[in-house]
Amino acid sequence: MTHDAASPPYLQVDDLRVRFNTADGEVRAVDGVSFGLHRGRTLGIVGESGSGKSVTSLAVMGLHDPARTRITGGISLGGRQLVGLSDGDMRKLRGRDVAMIFQDPLSALHPFYTVGRQLVEAYRTHHPDASKAQARQRALDMLDRVGIPQPDRRLHQYPHEFSGGMRQRVMIAMSLMNDPALLIADEPTTALDVTVQAQILDLLADLQREFHSAIILITHDLGVVSQVADEVLVMYGGRAVEHGTVAQVMRGPQHPYTWGLLASIPSLHGDPEVELKPIKGNPPSLINVPTGCAFHPRCAYAMKPEPCAAQVPQLLAVQADGHRVACHLPEPERIRIYTDEIAHVGVAQ
Amino acid sequence: MTQPLLKVRGLTKHFAVRQGATGAKSAVRAVDGLDFDVHAGETLGLVGESGCGKTTTGRMLVRLLEPTAGSIEFQGRDITKLGRRAMRPLRQDLQIIFQDPYSSLNPRHTVGKIVAMPLEVNGVNPPGGVKARVQELLELVGLNPEHYNRFPHEFSGGQRQRIGIARALALRPKLIVADEPVSALDVSIQAQVVNLLRELQRELDLAFVFIAHDLAIVRHFSRRVAVMYLGKVVEIGDRADIYERPRHPYTKALLSAVPDVAAFGEPRQRIRLTGDVPTPLNPPSGCRFRTRCWKAQDVCATEEPPLLVREGSGQEVACHFPEPVGVGAEHVSEVAA
Amino acid sequence: MSLSQIETETAGVDAAAAPVAPQPGMVGRSPGRLAWARLRANRTAMVSGWIMVFFVVLGLAAPLVELVYGISPFEQFQDKIANNSLPLGYLGGVSGEHWFGLEPQLGRDIFIRLVYGLRTSLFIAVSAALLTTGLGIVLGIVAGYLGGWIDAVISWVIDFALALPFLIFALAIMPTVTARFYGPRDEIPVPFRIGVMIFLFALFGWTGTARLVRGQVISLREREFVEAARASGAGLFHILFRQLLPNLWAPILVSFSLAVPGYITGEAALSFLGIGVVDPTPDFGVMINKSLSYAQTDPAYLIFPGVVIFLLVLAFNLFGDGLRDALDPKSSR
Repeated sequence: MTHDAASPPYLQVDDLRVRFNTADGEVRAVDGVSFGLHRGRTLGIVGESGSGKSVTSLAVMGLHDPARTRITGGISLGGRQLVGLSDGDMRKLRGRDVAMIFQDPLSALHPFYTVGRQLVEAYRTHHPDASKAQARQRALDMLDRVGIPQPDRRLHQYPHEFSGGMRQRVMIAMSLMNDPALLIADEPTTALDVTVQAQILDLLADLQREFHSAIILITHDLGVVSQVADEVLVMYGGRAVEHGTVAQVMRGPQHPYTWGLLASIPSLHGDPEVELKPIKGNPPSLINVPTGCAFHPRCAYAMKPEPCAAQVPQLLAVQADGHRVACHLPEPERIRIYTDEIAHVGVAQ
Repeated sequence: MTQPLLKVRGLTKHFAVRQGATGAKSAVRAVDGLDFDVHAGETLGLVGESGCGKTTTGRMLVRLLEPTAGSIEFQGRDITKLGRRAMRPLRQDLQIIFQDPYSSLNPRHTVGKIVAMPLEVNGVNPPGGVKARVQELLELVGLNPEHYNRFPHEFSGGQRQRIGIARALALRPKLIVADEPVSALDVSIQAQVVNLLRELQRELDLAFVFIAHDLAIVRHFSRRVAVMYLGKVVEIGDRADIYERPRHPYTKALLSAVPDVAAFGEPRQRIRLTGDVPTPLNPPSGCRFRTRCWKAQDVCATEEPPLLVREGSGQEVACHFPEPVGVGAEHVSEVAA
Repeated sequence: MSLSQIETETAGVDAAAAPVAPQPGMVGRSPGRLAWARLRANRTAMVSGWIMVFFVVLGLAAPLVELVYGISPFEQFQDKIANNSLPLGYLGGVSGEHWFGLEPQLGRDIFIRLVYGLRTSLFIAVSAALLTTGLGIVLGIVAGYLGGWIDAVISWVIDFALALPFLIFALAIMPTVTARFYGPRDEIPVPFRIGVMIFLFALFGWTGTARLVRGQVISLREREFVEAARASGAGLFHILFRQLLPNLWAPILVSFSLAVPGYITGEAALSFLGIGVVDPTPDFGVMINKSLSYAQTDPAYLIFPGVVIFLLVLAFNLFGDGLRDALDPKSSR
């Protein structure tokens, strides 16, 4: 990640740990995740359910219930430490410096107020001096910018009067009202049809170029990541297992879990009769994360019991610049396995 | 050619709705005249975006919904007019797998009871007893037969989907309608279930109607594919024709919109459709795709294109101006509106 | 109410908390056993549950209690009643022999009459609750699943029944029905009076359960497991009573356990007004009615039945609440 390497990243997450207390025991939702993100870059966080990808982003937003959540580590946003920040200070930050787009815009928008009123309110929360007319103008501009036809008419409509794709555009417009430097999109296109998904992804990319914001894109879809992200963070069992540029992770993945993900998705190219290679077993419960490397019970290359079942592997840099992998296998061995056994099957060819 | 297992002709489903303050009656034309065949042991994939009618079609095939018009011939017999009693023996040959592994299993029943339900309902007493048959089925779908007495909430999503598959197999059906069977599952689990279905198809000589919105999964699972748009089939044919040589503009746009990992790094032009799918309450006249189509002419608004085999390729296409043969989606020039 | 981003974000927290929730894992516990474990952990529910059990056992074993206690509910101890018709001794005649003292005037033992009153009260309340619940289940499940005109008719009847004032109706119906079967001078048998009361409760009480069940069924009937049963050729009976009913037990149990105390007070009220059970049959309502005339002179006569009925109803209500929390952990807290 040579991009802006001289300046510190806009978002820096250090050894983030998020734990919840539940009746069944402590849930280690995020267990020591570190990464940095510069403005103008898109980070795709990929993982399955329970991987901790959404919890990580909610921690950045400061949206966890403090009564039952313990967050340790560091989250620095534009040089400001967010962990331990008061609720009031965090509220000032949210929407202005960091905004979020959810998977289901219908439940994230208030059903009883017009879209215009919600946009205006979002703007005036952070611009108390702005007049209503100014805020309204801003709302119109943003709706127009996200590609909603006839914005002056749509301003007076309620969320349910918009189609799924248009609603997500409204959500994006809302998140951009205050020109945030960091935008977190949690599965923004999962509920959408593929032709609409393509529109929304294009829109996000355009807006990023224009506003020069940092984007975290949380998704389970490697295809989406491969299209829009600059960097990829693969998460499993609450930990980061691989981090690198999209090219590094897509062309030369070094973690067995990443291999498994790539080999288990069918493609529009290649021989459709070739069997998919699923990862055996199920994702782990976060209450009872396997010892050592969380992936070792499902890993075909694990060295058991030592060290894979005993020690948690560190996310360490490999030879390629900026590419980090958390795996006990020696790097030459990983490269050999990937080129000999993985690369030629499925989509990775 | 042999008699198809399933022969669908003119299948139509209109839902009556009341609209607006006046409560004027109108119809949602969810499915509007489908024709297709499914042969024994083969898979027909039904793809399309939300609102295209693919799920309604699946529900009609297993008689969960009554068609408004049209016929569904199963092994040469029209099942749309059969009563519940006459339908019974056919139900055994015609089963369905659902999308949601959570709502498709009764939370208060044990796995054994869930899988045995079709046997119980139809009064089937398999040799060796119901329990032995259920355990055999659980083993067949890769579950531990010892888990007979457990409840659904004790299983993960993928395992629950396997239970649903075991239930569908209980009566040894000839055709299974699989309605988005993997879309609710984690990526690494999707492949497990797809492989299981393929294996079962080979072993048990099952025919599938595989309904999904994920084009890559459909391609992987189905030899023949039908692309649906707003209640109509716009293109149907062999997998290779549909995916390598699509001729309907919608198919082409759909394929080019899929974010494909394998295409990473390849520079390609995407066809960007504008807008959303129109409402089936009031579909466009003529060709229903014309409002989003970059090739639409006057004739498209007045005349509905028939689903026909066009010169140059094997599949049937419903388009007045089909794409020329030999031009892949990747090489088409930018046609955004 | 602010509608800034903060609010929309709060919505997101709930949504995001769900995937974090732990997978139950392979613990081998049925939904019923999990609810039982939650109920066990609830102290209030357990204490009130035991009080409830105590009362029920006491009522069931009334003849046995009579045997041990040695006094029948109809025995009169005139020798222990003073000339002003009040019992001799303190607190309305409480003694080692008569634990809760004696009735003024007739001099019957209050304790054993309460034990038998418990029996009457619980019998009427439980029978009425069983009948209303059964009726409510069948009508609710049919209305909810079938919908259409059947639902419209049943719902209309429910609304109609809810609009009728129960007490006025009961006051009117009781003498009418009695007059239909018995002459003005006939002795009206106790089972008949009790039967009419249960019938009255059932006539009005099924609507609550029916509404509850109907709502639940409407949300359940679109579930795919119901469709799976239909796709396998299951008949109406199988779908209603094999697939849907097991998912309704939780709300039904709760509404049943909350209906019982309602009918206990209802029965006492009717008997208090003289249109339910009458003397000499032991009954709470009758006792309280009679004791009111002695509220100044012999307060113990009012206090003992009052406290018993209060404890009984409280125990049933608290247990019902605990049951609801255990069966549906998301409903509260």
